[in-house]
Amino acid sequence: MSASHITKKLSVLLGLLLVPGIALADYALNMTQGVTEISKDIYDLHQLVMWICTVAGILVFTVMIYSLINHRKSKGAVAAQFHESATVEVVWTVIPLVILVAIAVPATGVLLDIEDPSKSDVTIQVTGWQWKWQYNYRDEDLSFFSNLSSDSNEARQLGADPSLMAKADNYLLNVDKPIVVPVNKKVRLLITSNDVIHAWWVPEFAVKRDAVPGFINESHFTATKTGIYRGQCAELCGKDHGFMPIVVKVVEQAEYNNWLKTEKAAIAAAAGDSNKTFSHDELMAKGEAVYKANCAACHQADGSGGGPFPGLVGSKLVTTGSIEDHLKLIIAGKGIMPPFGAQLSDADIAAVTTYERNAWGNNTGDTVQPAAAKAAR
Amino acid sequence: MSDHPTGIKRWLFTTNHKDIGTMYLWFAFTMLFVGGAMAMVIRAELFEPGMQVVNPNFFNMMTTLHGLIMVFGAIMPAMVGFANWQVPLMIGAPDMALPRMNNWSFWILPFAAIMLVAPMFMGGDFMDGQGPAFGWTFYEPLSGQYDKLAFFIFAVHLLGFSSIMGAINIIATILNMRAPGMTLMKMPLFVWTWLITAFLLIAVMPVLAGVVTMMLTDKYFGTSFFDAAGGGDPVLFQHVFWFFGHPEVYIMILPAFGIVSQIIPTFARKPLFGYASMVYATAAIAFLSFIVWAHHMFTVGMPAAGELYFMYATVMIAVPTAVKVFNWTATMWKGSMTFEVPMLWAIAFVFLFTIGGFTGLMLGVVPVDFQYHDTYFVVAHFHYVLVTGALFAIIGGVYYWMPKWTGNMFDITLAKWHFWVSTISVNILFFPQHFLGLAGMPRRIPDYALQFAEFNQISSIGAFIFGGTQLLFLYIIIKCIKGGDKVSDEVWEDAKGLEWEVPSPAPYHTHVTPPTVK
Ligand code: HEC
Ligand SMILES: [Cu+2]
Repeated sequence: MSASHITKKLSVLLGLLLVPGIALADYALNMTQGVTEISKDIYDLHQLVMWICTVAGILVFTVMIYSLINHRKSKGAVAAQFHESATVEVVWTVIPLVILVAIAVPATGVLLDIEDPSKSDVTIQVTGWQWKWQYNYRDEDLSFFSNLSSDSNEARQLGADPSLMAKADNYLLNVDKPIVVPVNKKVRLLITSNDVIHAWWVPEFAVKRDAVPGFINESHFTATKTGIYRGQCAELCGKDHGFMPIVVKVVEQAEYNNWLKTEKAAIAAAAGDSNKTFSHDELMAKGEAVYKANCAACHQADGSGGGPFPGLVGSKLVTTGSIEDHLKLIIAGKGIMPPFGAQLSDADIAAVTTYERNAWGNNTGDTVQPAAAKAAR
Repeated sequence: MSDHPTGIKRWLFTTNHKDIGTMYLWFAFTMLFVGGAMAMVIRAELFEPGMQVVNPNFFNMMTTLHGLIMVFGAIMPAMVGFANWQVPLMIGAPDMALPRMNNWSFWILPFAAIMLVAPMFMGGDFMDGQGPAFGWTFYEPLSGQYDKLAFFIFAVHLLGFSSIMGAINIIATILNMRAPGMTLMKMPLFVWTWLITAFLLIAVMPVLAGVVTMMLTDKYFGTSFFDAAGGGDPVLFQHVFWFFGHPEVYIMILPAFGIVSQIIPTFARKPLFGYASMVYATAAIAFLSFIVWAHHMFTVGMPAAGELYFMYATVMIAVPTAVKVFNWTATMWKGSMTFEVPMLWAIAFVFLFTIGGFTGLMLGVVPVDFQYHDTYFVVAHFHYVLVTGALFAIIGGVYYWMPKWTGNMFDITLAKWHFWVSTISVNILFFPQHFLGLAGMPRRIPDYALQFAEFNQISSIGAFIFGGTQLLFLYIIIKCIKGGDKVSDEVWEDAKGLEWEVPSPAPYHTHVTPPTVK
């Protein structure tokens, strides 16, 4: 950022100190209006409250500044000695009360609109995991995980080459697999968590709801415009809280139907893999990908671990332990180590196990096939 | 000074309210720098997009410890330090009512602080420090994943003991040791605000102790208060925490109101406007603070009726708060004002705290809070009330009373530099955070999308200037203790109150025979 650039920003800032609330589009200073009826209502309410505060603030500050300028000793002001006035005090207690009512009435309206129990067209169960989102299309038998996209993930590592950030597509706001929903249809979200509390937030839909383990929160949105909308986890959920974005593609109904068909076909194909036998090299290649997407966040890409996360290089279980125990640990989890049984296919689990037992100099020479993973479940 | 031990023993065994007040204030100041250094790490990491300085876990540890240290280590002890020094002086008492307990409640603090921070240094590499990293609000179940949770829990217990004992002492002092003629409604407002604050402390510190004990048994003794898998409820944690946490924010701000209410009349040369309504407003705020806690958790999934109730109750707080701002303005109105250093800080407090108050009102409006919640808008809001609110009042209070404590005037030129640079930089630091929040930047993230880069950079620059400037404050204080122009007993022209009737510097024992108040 050049010096002139900073001056420009600062002057914008100063201008805003005087006239808050002006939305200068290219600086994204204000709340988004979003693409749902509710997000627009919320935006209007925000503008209302902000302007009331701004006007009230200007009035109070004007009185104070007037006093600061005129009632100073250096100007010969002699202190009056009044120190109470019942009338004035009642008046300035009542005025804020009236203003509050003026805010509370529309706010109540918007809140009650948000509580809309009408039937929805699509129901998606959203589950927060440390640190990714799982989406389950309830009526479609379709479920998948959505991770931070790999280009962002590489660029966000400590000390990564800064040019990676510029090259990454929508740095930190992109995922490997977005959810897709139809436009102008009411989408119901059933939000929960597998571990700690997360919060699913997409500003353009004005949906921010906590994902609480053991409980299901309901929310909904009806996007009125096709497009790609991005959000982030909004509740601190541990180390990689900043790295579990949300991407929603809003498309026409026909495109949505097509997408569903393709997804289901892919799942059917993957299911077949459980019965296949792969070569060692195939498993290593697949395993590396699975490991990077699911395990590296804790165990590190080089298997070195750190903090509460054990290193896998030379680990007893991984090198000399039984394959079955290794598989079971990945499937069932242990302590902070999440269970992966539900999110990885037999082939994935077999591949990542093979990978861990041979990568980083572990060199056990073991090859684990999907059938073994299936048996270990 | 032959009637008390000297050297280290003086400080270890002292039961003198002035010595203890001094220790509280130095402790708070030290913690301000520790917590401030952590804020510098945070702002350095956020200076640019990408991860350059620390890893994500270390970043979370910084935000967590920064918050805990500033709340429990800096702001609260500083306020207790003022209470120790000033309450006996202002009500005409020779000392605090329970001097030995006073010693103990101070000396617990350093151990609590060490216990809290120690895990940061456990773990092989410094960057692998094992300090708490779950946010100062330590929400379950995240905090339950923490390996060294017991350190954290016992640190909180110790802090709680210390606060409760301090509060009991303050109440006992104010209710029993006022000079003849000092009726309750004649007490200086600072004393009133502390009396009410002390009751808040006694009411909520046990709740905090309760919630961490539940965490302790969940983690180590197999209970499931907050574990859904065992039939518990993670959201229960938030209700209990915020039942403590919301009054806690008033514990930090009410004494600040008190300090400002002492400073403004002195330099406006006019009695405080609406003294009685100030007392009632303080009590009203304290009462309301108990019934609004869930506004910190509107997105947690409450029934609409609950959200409406908490919204209405929350915005009601704007009424007594507005009354206070109006009263300060009316105190200045038609006064004969001069702008000595304490007055500058008090005026900045009134302006900037008001901004924080307005954003607080905005946050209370449930539907829009769905957008603001857990973004930098909230961060901006509470830093306006806690930094330009509580901290500015503390700094103003130090400048106001330090000449009485030391007998010396501080270096006024440097103090004005301190004021102006702090006030400008603190706005460069926190004002852009409103825009970041509205544009959608979540709080507590170590790295951000590229569209947030510029305002983060501006904010970080403000932070470095603001942080650095506080070293100047340290220098000014040391210089003032070592010497300076001698001040009169009154210190400030025509200052009113019993503290200005004792000699400057205030001798080791004051009001040995009670003064009479007309
Ligand atoms: C959320 C962080 C996290 C993720 C993600 C994670 N693990 Fe773990 N893993 C752990 C922790 C913590 C342990 C230690 C568990 C214990 O012993 O209590 C562990 C233990 C292990 C062990 C046993 C190591 C030993 O020496 O005992 C293996 C093997 C393992 N993980 C494999 C994986 C695989 C494969 C993946 C990805 C599919 C994965 N982990 C993802 C946190 C994680
Ligand atoms: Cu999360």
